[in-house]
Amino acid sequence: MKVTIVDYNSGNISSVINSFKEVAKDKVNIEVTSDLNKIKSSDKVVLPGQGSFKSCVDALNKISGLVDTLNEFAINNKKPLLGICVGLQMFADLGFEETETKGLGWISGKVSKIDNQNGKYKLPHIGWNQINIVKDSKIFKGIENNSHMYFVHSYQFVPEDKNVISATTDYSSNIVCAVEKENIFGTQFHPEKSDKIGLKIIDNFINL
Amino acid sequence: MLKNRIIPCLDVKNGRVVKGINFIDLQDAGDPVEQAKIYSDGGADEICFLDITASNENRDTIYDVVERTSKNCFVPLTVGGGVRSAEDINKLLNCGADKVSINTAAVQNPEVVIESSKKFGSQCIVVAIDAKKNKDKWEIFTHGGRNNTGIDAIEFAKKMEDSGAGELLVTSMDRDGTQVGYDIELMSKISSMINIPVIASGGVGNLDHLVDGIKLGNASAVLAASIFHYGKHSVKEAKEYLDSKGIPVRI
Repeated sequence: MKVTIVDYNSGNISSVINSFKEVAKDKVNIEVTSDLNKIKSSDKVVLPGQGSFKSCVDALNKISGLVDTLNEFAINNKKPLLGICVGLQMFADLGFEETETKGLGWISGKVSKIDNQNGKYKLPHIGWNQINIVKDSKIFKGIENNSHMYFVHSYQFVPEDKNVISATTDYSSNIVCAVEKENIFGTQFHPEKSDKIGLKIIDNFINL
Repeated sequence: MLKNRIIPCLDVKNGRVVKGINFIDLQDAGDPVEQAKIYSDGGADEICFLDITASNENRDTIYDVVERTSKNCFVPLTVGGGVRSAEDINKLLNCGADKVSINTAAVQNPEVVIESSKKFGSQCIVVAIDAKKNKDKWEIFTHGGRNNTGIDAIEFAKKMEDSGAGELLVTSMDRDGTQVGYDIELMSKISSMINIPVIASGGVGNLDHLVDGIKLGNASAVLAASIFHYGKHSVKEAKEYLDSKGIPVRI
């Protein structure tokens, strides 16, 4: 089995690499690349993302053929893909960070700024928050409801179809923090930084 | 509900752990990677390394420490000390740091904060403010507390928020190493003026000080070194104590 972490210059992905390698040990081959053929031949793909929605989308578009390859992988071939943080946000049609930017359009919806209620809530939403599991998602196998995960973001994904939501977290309002739509998975929190419980989610994804 | 974070901080010099008393008088006390692992296994919400290596030729030791730590600890790792440019930040992030804290460079050249928060995202840019009280205001100190800039700490905090910092790590130079508690007035003033999280630092001597930092200082996170480092309290004990005082923590 080969799991590819897409390296598209979206900022810091060392922690994602370290955590996947820790979980995979020698059993699973973890590739870190933007090589289109390597992505095509993968069994699973991880799409990380740090920085702004716009900077991540721009970085994806900068690598010729990458978006088409990801579309083919996730939409046409329906192979498992996990988006983390902005990697999840890019599933949306539109993002509003910096300026209005088109996303991948895999899950209808928008990415907008969390309402800080006139300063009542600090942004970014940084730290450990509990997740409320609302759907039996395959990546939550063995994960207890109300487990703590590590978050750091100021924008939230608001999907049109609420059925894709697999978990929410409470910060200012109910924020969507995990989605599952067929073969497409996403977490707003960082499983790679969420200690043993986060590694369990990575393990679940690898073992899908 | 979002939990308040407890962040043990390790001062690292030439790749080894030390803790300064008012930033001088250092004692050797072990391997940072091993210490960080103990903390993360004990429930630390985040680990902070402050690199206080003075000489340039030993600067690279921190990269090795960060690299080894990030392969063993799966909680956020913040690294600061001697960070001067976007290039330094890039190097630390590539070694596995999740956030980088900028102190002197942010004061001397605020462009670094603007540039690096754009380039790497605000989520990984922490501005470390070292402040000392002077009559009715607090002034920013740089170079590990040696240089007084005369810059007003509260105004500077606002400027850093506007420049794209994701968090502020506020250290009271009057309190650091004294174990008499955080400068609560400083923490609460800055926290009420800005909309990004504040990490309180400098002066923790007992668990009640952590409680005060959150309850009275309105800090989102509390950072401490010696109370954890010398085995006086474990992170777990600290969390249980905070929990008993009604502070939301991850247990």
